[in-house]
Parts: sequence; C-alpha cells; structure tokens
Amino acid sequence: MLRLKTEQTNHVQVDKPSARLSLAFIIVAFASLSVGALAGMLQGMVRGGVIHLPSWINYYQILTAHGVLLGLVFTTYFIVGFLFSGMARTNGGSLTKTALRFGWTGFYTMLIGTLMAAFEIIRNNASVLYTFYAPLKAEPAFYIGSALLVVGSWLAGYGMIANYVAWKKNHKGQRSPLFAYMAIATVALWQVATTPLAIEVLFQLIPWSMGWVPTVNVILSRTLFWFFGHPLVYFWLMPAYIGWYVCVPRIIGGKIFSDALSRVAFVLLLLFSIPVGFHHQLMEPGISPAWKMIHVALTLIVVLPSLMTAFSMFATFETTGRAKGGRGLYGWFKHLPWTDVRFFAPFIGMLFFIPAGTGGIINASNQLNAVVHNTIWVTGHFHITVGAAVALTFYGIAYWLVPHLTGRTLTKKANRVAMVQIVFWSVGMFIMSTAMHYLGLQGVPRRTDYTDYMNNAEALSWIPWQRVMGFGGGLLFVSAVLLIGVLIYLGKFAPKGNEEYPIGETDGEQYTPAILERWPVWLSVLAVLIILAYAMPIMEQIQHAPPGSPPLRTW
Amino acid sequence: MHLHRYEKIWLWLGGAGLAIFITLLAINAFAMGMQPPSDMQMIDPQKVDQTPPFDKPGLKQIGEKEYDAYMTAFAFSYAPSVIEVPVGSKINFHVTSKDVVHGFEIPKTNINFMVVPGHVNSASMTFDKPGEYLILCNEYCGAGHHVMATKIIVK
Amino acid sequence: MRPDPTPSKKNQEKQVNTDTEPLKGTFTSVLLLGAFIVVCWVAVFALFLNRA
Repeated sequence: MLRLKTEQTNHVQVDKPSARLSLAFIIVAFASLSVGALAGMLQGMVRGGVIHLPSWINYYQILTAHGVLLGLVFTTYFIVGFLFSGMARTNGGSLTKTALRFGWTGFYTMLIGTLMAAFEIIRNNASVLYTFYAPLKAEPAFYIGSALLVVGSWLAGYGMIANYVAWKKNHKGQRSPLFAYMAIATVALWQVATTPLAIEVLFQLIPWSMGWVPTVNVILSRTLFWFFGHPLVYFWLMPAYIGWYVCVPRIIGGKIFSDALSRVAFVLLLLFSIPVGFHHQLMEPGISPAWKMIHVALTLIVVLPSLMTAFSMFATFETTGRAKGGRGLYGWFKHLPWTDVRFFAPFIGMLFFIPAGTGGIINASNQLNAVVHNTIWVTGHFHITVGAAVALTFYGIAYWLVPHLTGRTLTKKANRVAMVQIVFWSVGMFIMSTAMHYLGLQGVPRRTDYTDYMNNAEALSWIPWQRVMGFGGGLLFVSAVLLIGVLIYLGKFAPKGNEEYPIGETDGEQYTPAILERWPVWLSVLAVLIILAYAMPIMEQIQHAPPGSPPLRTW
Repeated sequence: MHLHRYEKIWLWLGGAGLAIFITLLAINAFAMGMQPPSDMQMIDPQKVDQTPPFDKPGLKQIGEKEYDAYMTAFAFSYAPSVIEVPVGSKINFHVTSKDVVHGFEIPKTNINFMVVPGHVNSASMTFDKPGEYLILCNEYCGAGHHVMATKIIVK
Repeated sequence: MRPDPTPSKKNQEKQVNTDTEPLKGTFTSVLLLGAFIVVCWVAVFALFLNRA
C-alpha cells in the first residue's frame, strides 16, 4: 500500500500556472547570477593584480553589484521560485488562486525594486556595498528599490501562507507535507528578520537620504541591519536544507531519516538564528561586552540544528547505501549515485558546509573575532557557505526543477556537462576560499581594491596568494557560463518529457508531535527571545545616542 | 518522537562542546580581561576637531613605557600619520571617526576594531618586537579605502 | 490542531528497532566532523592567545 502511495505521489506534476510563476522567479535569479558572476570574476582578477579596471568603472561599484546581485537578488528570487514550486508540488500540483495572485504581485514588486537599485548602482550612485552602512549615503532610489525587493518577497511569502492554510483546510487533522512545513518556517523567519531592515530603511535611511532629517543614528542603523543580516544567511540556508532533507533522499532512492527531527531542526533554526546579530558587531564600540556575550551564546545554540542535520544526512546515506548492499563501516558510500548531478551537487555542498560551519563558529566566538574580523577570511567563509553549500545545492535543484517546470527532461548528456560544471565550481571555490582563509589569518582586509599600501613589504607578500584567489575566481566564472548554458538547454531545447520532482517520504508512518505545527507557540517563543536579546540594547542605543551623522558620499 | 541512540550521544557531545566553547570564551573575556573592544565613550562626529583630546591627535606618555594614542580616522587616512615608540611600549589606542565608518587593524595582531562616527573605540597592545607595524582600514569607506593606512615604528 | 491520527503504538515500537540498525558509519562520520570543529576552533583560539 505504502509503496503504491509513493509511486502515485511522485508523479505529481506542477501545473502550468504554478510552473510559470516559479519559472519567472528562477529566470530572474539566474540572469542576476550571470551578471553577478562576471562582477565577481573581475574583482578576483583586479585583486590578483592581473587586470586593471578602466577608469570609468570603480572597483567598489562592481563589488556592490556582485554582493547585491548574488547575495540578495539571486538568492531571494531562487528561494521564492523554489518554495512556490514545492508548495504546488505537495499540494497536488497546484497553487491556489490567492497564492498565484500574491506570487505575481510579489514578483513584479521585487522586479521594480531590483531594477531601481540596479539603475543607481550602474550610475555609481550607490557604491555602498550590499550592507549600505550609514553614513555612506546612496541615492534614495537605491534604498526604495531595496525596500521594494523586500516587500515583494513578503507578498510572495503571504502567497505561500495562503496556500498552506488552504491545504490545512482540505486536510483537517493531518500533518502538513514536510516541504510545506519547512517552506512556511522559512517564510516566517524571513518576515520576522526583514522587519528591522524595513524599519532601518523606511524610518532612518530614506528620510535621511532625502534630506528630510539631517543626521542618522549610526550604531542603531547597524544594529537593525544585523538583526536582519544573520537570519538572512539562514534564509539562504533553510531552502538548501529543504533540498537536503526532502529532495535528496528521494533522489538517492532512500527515505527521509526522521520527519519529526527534520521539523525540530527547522523550529530551532527559526528560533535561534534571529536574536544573535551582535556577533556581527563584536568589534564595535557602543555595545557592552555583556550583551555581546549573550548574543554569542545564543549564536552557538543555532549550531545544534546543523549538528542534527549532519547526522540526518549521514544516516540517510548510510541507510540507503546499506539497503543497496553496502557492507562494513563505509561500504555504503560507494552505493550512492555519484554520477547523478541531482545528488552530486548538493552532496559537495554538504561537504563545503563542514569547514563553512566551523568557520562560522570561530567568527562568532566573541573575542576570537578579532583574529578574523573584516579580513578576507570572512569573504572566504561566506563564499563556502552561501557560495558553495547553498549555491551548489541550488544548482542541483535547478537541474531537475527547470526541466520539470518546462516539461522537459534532464538528459544524460546535460547531466554530464552539469557534473563538469559542479566540479569546476567546487575546485574554483576550494582554491579561492582556501587562499582567502589563509590570507585572512595574515590580516588581509576584505572589500578592498588592489593595494600594496605604498609599497609596504607585508602587503606585497600577500599578492601571490591574491593571484591564487583570482585564479579560483576564473574557474568559478567558467563554471557559471556552463551553468547558464545547461539551464538554457534544459529550459528551451531539451527533449520533452516528465522530469520527476523528487519529494522524499519517511520509512512507514512516523509519529510527529502536533506541537511542532503550532506556529503561534513558536512565534511567541521567538518574540520572547527577541525581546530578551534586543529590547534593552536597542533602548540604550536610542536613549544614549551620540549626535548623529550627516550623509556622506566618499566615492 | 524518537531519537536514535547514536544521535542522542552526538547531540549531547555537540551541546557539551558548545557549552565548553562558551565557558572558555566567557572566562577569557571577563576574568582575564580579553573582552572585545567595546568602548562606550561618545563624541559629536561633526565636532571631532574641536573636542579634546582629538583636536590634537597624537601620543601622550602616561607611564614609563605606556602611551595613550589619540587618533582620528577620516577618508582616507589617520592622524597622526606616523607613531614612534621604543620597544616594549604599551600603546592604548583611542580612535574616533570624523566622517564614515572605518576600521582599525594591525595585521597579525589582535588589534582589530571598528571606528564608528559618534563613538570612541579603544584597544591596547604591547609592542615587544622592533619594526614597522602597518595600520590599515578594513571597513569599506569610499573610493580611496585601499590606500587608507598608517604605521607605527617601534625602535 | 489534533495530534497526528496515523501513528500507532506498533509503529513506535518498530522505530525503537532502528537502534539496532547499523548507523556506525554515520556515528563515526559525525564524530570526525566534531573533532574537525574542535581542532579548528582551538587552533584559532591558540592564535588569538599567541597574538595577545
């Protein structure tokens, strides 16, 4: 019986209207990736001393474009597109009318915002990097555009919530599909995390950049930004985890290790990735050491769900490999589908996440942050988190999602090219990030144009390693070109057919406590944690603020 | 909800490991005085040039081998431009910004902190080895960010 | 929200049996991972103390 059910559910096709919505987001995501990757490659070459930029273009302008296009635009669009497709897939193949309406409104809102911000970046009116730290002042249109990008993603999120509520109504008393549950957890995290960002942009930066108020409270703006900035990385990570928990088991012909534990991991991610922003401000004045330490402790708690994830992943692989005849301690390893890019890409992503997570623990370790803060180690760190663990997983997903949505198939040939693409990306990222981590420990600053600090011997000794970094960046660019090529093929030219949308199932029915789905409970706990972590320090920052800073344009 | 025995052990070990990390950090920070730079002093960012001691950036000897360095950071340099101290001197850096956010880092040391307009940040270090120490800005501050540096000469 | 209607005692018992399932490779792997985290963290802590 169960077997029959599996067969049936795995033939669900995302219907046309839902597929069109999901594809729209994914197309913008990869269009943005192609420009962002070019910018990244140029930065690597400049930093390695290989090329000089023409005088009409500024290094920091390219740096801003790279960060905004890849860190904010690519990720957000891909995530929204992927989550919509999965909501449809686990809802019998369709999104409700309300969900579609919210989805499209969100899409166009985000698009207008993205174009506004991009326009100002191109005009060099917004070379403030994707963190836009005040008192660097961009043109108001940059801030308004960023705000629209966020508001659009909210609307899309409301669409997913509408779909989830509709599912609940039609399936009274049933546990929601794991994919939908995780998507809703991600949407909830995003809504909570982006609220302080919206407050910063709407109430601090826009009035100030318009000239309506003369000065801005700098530390407060930074605190609000990092209130958002850390959960942002979990907003990237959680959809990758969905791929790992829900899709990968099906791809390798196995089962989800534990439905309940997967949900527990997501609840913990939702609760503990938000009240932790000060670990990005450890080297900053105006925040007391005690509050920093509290955020550090909370940050380290968010490691636990990732430790759980590590166990679940290995367990899924081992159980599957053994069922296929693997013996001994690691015999199961060779029974995994190593030549299937749908598995290979996220698997390499998982491997990258081991040093990436470790680096994250080091970064967040209070005083240890002095060793790495604002050095290129940090750049190396987030290139293996979002740029490898998350990006590789997203590529692995795109390789089956795009043909599924366009009614085509991932052919053997396309799979082979895709494997090459993943290898290029992995090798490039490995080389680049290793050089970055090493240089960071030597104190090489991040976000800095080519420099030898007036022939300083120490700075000159960094250049050979910076060249290695640039070489890695070159490989990454080659990989990005391959990626776009394969995706265009899969979306436009591949043979017609039904590419499976892999959704894993548990081994038999598992007991999942109902409390895990009581969102009001978890959102209340989250509210308490946020108040504990932020209420006092933010009050302090408002009441005991120094005179504010006027807007400045230093580029 | 069922937890596999190995997973239970793993999560206990992981939790204990993290607890040890937190404890070590807290002891090192609070009992041994290795807190991250967290100066609470404030200043009007538009009146730095008129506010002592930052109106005259420079070194002030406060002990036999101890100095207070009052420094300003601005696009794209620091004042004073060069600092000289004898070997074995301890320097207490007190730095503020006259414009945007800057960084203050001496590579291969623990001197690494943010300089935020409106605030003074500080950190101390003893210079036991002679030589030239590079101070650089590690927070993007504008078109000339990559030339923003100065040095300390220890003789 | 009512509790999940499907779980039965029988299924829970069946799950307890998973403890005998060979997850030795998984356990070894996560322990190695844990050791990697500890070694890296201690190394940077040592670097920090050394530079202080």
